[in-house]
Amino acid sequence: MAAQKLPIAKALNESLRKALETDPKVLIMGEDVGKLGGVFRVTDGLQKDFGEDRVIDTPLAESGIVGTAIGLALRGYRPVVEIQFDGFVFPAYDQIVTQLAKMHARALGKVKMPVVVRIPYGGGIGAVEHHSESPEALFAHVAGLKVVSPSNASDAYWMLQQAIQSDDPVIFFEPKRRYWDKSEVDTEAIPDHLHRARTVRAGTDLTLAAYGPMVKVCLEAAAVAAEEGRSVEVLDLRTVSPLDFDAIQASVERTGRLVVVHEAPVFFGSGAEIAARITERCFYHLEAPVLRVGGYHAPYPPARLEEEYLPGLDRVLDAVDRSLAY
Amino acid sequence: MTVESTAARKPRRSSGTKRSAGASAGTGAKKTAAADPTTSATTAETPAGTAEPQLVQLLTPEGERVESAENARYDELVADIGRDELRGLYRDMLLTRRFDAEATSLQRQGELGLWASLLGQEAAQIGSGRALRDDDYVFPTYREHGVAWCRGVDPTNLLGMFRGVNNGGWDPNGNNFHLYTIVIGSQTLHATGYAMGVAKDGADSAVIAYFGDGASSQGDVAESFTFSAVYNAPVVFFCQNNQWAISEPTERQTRVPLYQRAQGYGFPGVRVDGNDVLACLAVTRWALERARRGEGPTLIEAFTYRMGAHTTSDDPTKYRADEERAAWEDKDPILRLRAYLERQGFADADWFAELEVESEALGKRVREAVRAMPDPDHLAIFENVYADGHALVDEERAQFAAYQASFADAAETAGATGGAATGTATGPASGTANGSANGEGN
Repeated sequence: MAAQKLPIAKALNESLRKALETDPKVLIMGEDVGKLGGVFRVTDGLQKDFGEDRVIDTPLAESGIVGTAIGLALRGYRPVVEIQFDGFVFPAYDQIVTQLAKMHARALGKVKMPVVVRIPYGGGIGAVEHHSESPEALFAHVAGLKVVSPSNASDAYWMLQQAIQSDDPVIFFEPKRRYWDKSEVDTEAIPDHLHRARTVRAGTDLTLAAYGPMVKVCLEAAAVAAEEGRSVEVLDLRTVSPLDFDAIQASVERTGRLVVVHEAPVFFGSGAEIAARITERCFYHLEAPVLRVGGYHAPYPPARLEEEYLPGLDRVLDAVDRSLAY
Repeated sequence: MTVESTAARKPRRSSGTKRSAGASAGTGAKKTAAADPTTSATTAETPAGTAEPQLVQLLTPEGERVESAENARYDELVADIGRDELRGLYRDMLLTRRFDAEATSLQRQGELGLWASLLGQEAAQIGSGRALRDDDYVFPTYREHGVAWCRGVDPTNLLGMFRGVNNGGWDPNGNNFHLYTIVIGSQTLHATGYAMGVAKDGADSAVIAYFGDGASSQGDVAESFTFSAVYNAPVVFFCQNNQWAISEPTERQTRVPLYQRAQGYGFPGVRVDGNDVLACLAVTRWALERARRGEGPTLIEAFTYRMGAHTTSDDPTKYRADEERAAWEDKDPILRLRAYLERQGFADADWFAELEVESEALGKRVREAVRAMPDPDHLAIFENVYADGHALVDEERAQFAAYQASFADAAETAGATGGAATGTATGPASGTANGSANGEGN
């Protein structure tokens, strides 16, 4: 396989397969990851090819999944655990925050925690409660964790490879509503650094910064803005912890305007951190305050309301207009 | 006595008494009528699986060897324990108690911020700790000072986190002794995962997870029972039921004897006299051998007593009576082994006196080591946050270093105080001249 068009879910599957092939210490753990191949089929066929000893159906206990993954990592394994849905991660939150994130520091660097926690996240699929959340800020706030989110199939493939190779715990947020979006994946390319943002559309008037599922929305907004004579740059941030502030700064120094877009609630969200840091770094370059578009300070709404809750094309364009009006 | 052999006993009515068995109560009336397992799970008054608690005991509180048919399997497991080994166990317990007392004193002197004493639990920890092989792996709580001793961890290393110079402080792989875990019960899952890894590696090592009666209520402990059972992981769950979770008695954690919990998960549970070092050694050896043979997990409930406060910050006079403690003093683990050694002629006054000299020397070494323990370099805040680095940590470290360096001129002008400002940007020996080692205590 060299370059081919794949959906994100399949690219993730190929990436897991590659990791299982190349490193005997890599394990996959989670609910229904075996015969079923996961509820999104990301692990489809892997147990058949690598056995139940390496692709492990676990009891339905998220704290247990992450807690035993920590023990396996202490033994020298590299577990890749799947949390079935975003809203199901919280039973494991204690193990992730209290144990996984701190173990390397507590051991004064003597042990490493190469654990990847894959979480399908975000809304837009008409799901029931607890299946559409975007909790990335809750993990980015925790020192010791790294948090990333690919927006396309190539990044899905390569960023998962890099996350598995990392000696730090990585929370890997997968944009579930984009699982079946296809794009080019070159498995022999030289990938970008895991923790660098990427300019996915160049522009001069304003910067839109997003990651995961919102990159597509921002690209659509930039295209519409272009029809209206506005040159909008789009940054795919790719990594939430660490954030690539240098890339955002470089863009904003050119455009003078920044709008951050994510599905997660804006209150204490990653957009807030970006706004604060970029205001510090780019104070004399800014033509307008940094604006944020995201979810509201309310529980994720029932599916019939989610289109109103989620940042869509119009809300992003509205923010672009407001920024340009300053 | 395992659950396998007691499960069929008639459920007993909840008596409402605080504990259903103690070291002496274990010899009470035995109800042997078999219960139909399909009807035993009924009401709160007759909890499922509540068979009469049984207690493995090889040495009575008076220091007499218990000979019985039921003990035969455990007698065999300690058949190799002769005079020298018994002396060794006694020495381990005595020195562990001495170290623990020294640490409590050091807290009172201001040298430690906190100490969690193991007083009264020496037999449970030394008996189980000496059952382990070097290649076995231990996951402790924060009170396993005796187990650490058995593993060869330098006792002074245990004091770093209680002094506040680190949050762990030893290499877990150096002695196969994991870091102390403070959040209750979390380590039982780590032990289970580690044991799953041992099995995958095809090794015959075993893993032991320590926890307490309070932790038995944690979801993580329940999940570790489930995971270890379904994956048949080679792990021993060693619960020290010391009767108190700070101020809450065991009856606030469970309606059945804790060892009987294992039955519901499909592996054996056994209650052992936690103040009997020989019994703890035998039962732990038995459980470890099961694990090595691929027979899966075991739950051991070591029935013991926390003679001291939960920690140096606790005041047990608020919630428990002196009489209770006094009753447990009669079951002291060290006194009972001493009585046995003396009765057998295994140790004389000279031997005990020599041990006292060694104990004094240990106390002195611990005192000196703690008082000489330097405060960490200020930049240690940023050390080992990530294995592969993180841009934000790098940025904040540089900002912090620059901020600290900005005081250098002022410090030089002031002349005397040295320490913090001049040292931080350079090396690990900095920042300690005026550290709390000489500033707070005594």
